[in-house]
Amino acid sequence: MEYINIFIKASFVENMVLSFFLGMCSFLAISKKVKTAVGLGAAVVFVLTMTVPINWLISNYLLSENGIFHTDLTFLKLIIYIAVIAAMVQLVEMVVERFSPALYSALGIFLPLITVNCSILGGALFMDSREYELGEAAVFGFGSGFGFFLAIVAIAAIREKLRYSNIPAPLRGLGIAFIITGLMGLAFMSFIGIKL
Amino acid sequence: MSETQVAQKSTTLFGKKERRLLTDPFNDNNPITVQVLGICSALAVTVAVKNALVMAVAVTLVTGFSNLIISLLRNTIPNRVRMIVQLVVIASLVSIVEMVLHAFQYDVYKQMSVYIGLIITNCILMGRLEAFAMANKPWQSLLDGIGNGVGYGAILIAVAFFRELFGKGSVFGFRVLPDWYVPNGLMLIPAAAIFLIGIIIWIQRSRNTKLVDIS
Repeated sequence: MEYINIFIKASFVENMVLSFFLGMCSFLAISKKVKTAVGLGAAVVFVLTMTVPINWLISNYLLSENGIFHTDLTFLKLIIYIAVIAAMVQLVEMVVERFSPALYSALGIFLPLITVNCSILGGALFMDSREYELGEAAVFGFGSGFGFFLAIVAIAAIREKLRYSNIPAPLRGLGIAFIITGLMGLAFMSFIGIKL
Repeated sequence: MSETQVAQKSTTLFGKKERRLLTDPFNDNNPITVQVLGICSALAVTVAVKNALVMAVAVTLVTGFSNLIISLLRNTIPNRVRMIVQLVVIASLVSIVEMVLHAFQYDVYKQMSVYIGLIITNCILMGRLEAFAMANKPWQSLLDGIGNGVGYGAILIAVAFFRELFGKGSVFGFRVLPDWYVPNGLMLIPAAAIFLIGIIIWIQRSRNTKLVDIS
C-alpha cells in the first residue's frame, strides 16, 4: 500500500514536469509530435527507474559515514550522481543499439539528451532529501518517470491539434507552448489536495 | 609570416565578433526565449528578486568558467566520453558554488535547495559547451559563456521582478506597493513564471519578426 501511495504521489500529485517544472527543456523541445514524445517518455521512464535506486545504493553505502569508507563524502554527491546518470545513459544507449536497432533509430538523438534532463538529477536529489528506503526509491523513480511520460505525451497531443488553430504569429510555436504548459500546471494543482 | 598575422588579427580582445558574443544573448540569441535552454531552474528561483540575482550570478560564473575549461581541453577530449568529461567539469564548478553559498548566504541556500544542484543539468551549460566551446578558442568561449549567463540572468530577474511585485507587493524584500494592494497568490506558483516567459516571448517576437516560428 505504501508503494502505491508513493507511485501515485510521484506521478500525479508531485508530477516532475507540471508541479516542479523540472525537465522543461526537453519537454518543450521534443513535444511537437506524439510519436517522438512517446519515445522520449519511455526512455526517461527507464533511466529514472534505474538511476534512482543505483544512486540510493551509492549514497548509502559509499558516500555516507556508515558506508565502506567510514568518512563523510557527501560533498562528492553531485559529481557522482551525474557521472552515474551519464554512465547509465551511455549503457542504455549501447544495450538498445545492440539488441533493438529499430528502437535505437527511433529514439535517435533523444537518448544522449536524457543525461541533461533536469528531472533525472532532480529525481536523485529529491530521493536524497526525502530519505526513502531502497524499495521506496525504486518506486519513486518509476512513478516520476511515468509522470513525465504522461505529461510529455499530453502536451504533444495538444500541440499537434494547435497547428490548426489561429494563433497570433509572434505567439506561435514556443510562446503558446509555454502558456499551455502553465495551464496544464494549474490543472495539475488540483491534485494537491489529495492526501494519501 | 602570414600565419602570425592571422593569429594577431584574431587575438584582438574586443573586436566586433567578440562584442557580438556578449550582446547577442540579450536579444537575437537569448538562451531562454530563443534557444529554449535552462528553463527548469528559471521557474523555481524567480519567486524573489534576490534569489534570481544569486542564481543569475551563479549560472554566469559556471557558464563562463566551464566554457573556458572545456575550450582549453577541447583538443584532448576523446569524442566518445566527451559528455562525461563535460559533466564532471560542470559538476565540480557547481559543487564549488554550492559550498560558497552554503558558507556565506545560508538562507538563500536553504530556499533554493535542490535547484543549486540542478544548475548542472541546466541545459544552457551543455548546450553552450557542445555548440560553442568544443569548437572555439578559450577567450571567445569565456565571452560566450558570460554573455549567455547574463542573457539568462536578465530574463530571470525580469520574471522575478514581476512575480515579487505582484505576488508580494515588494521588491528585494521591501514593500513598494501601497497597503490597499492585496498580494496575488497566483503569481507565487510556478505556473505564473511560465505565463510570464510566454508573454516575454510574445513581446520579443512581435518586435523582432525574424524570430517568428512559421510552422
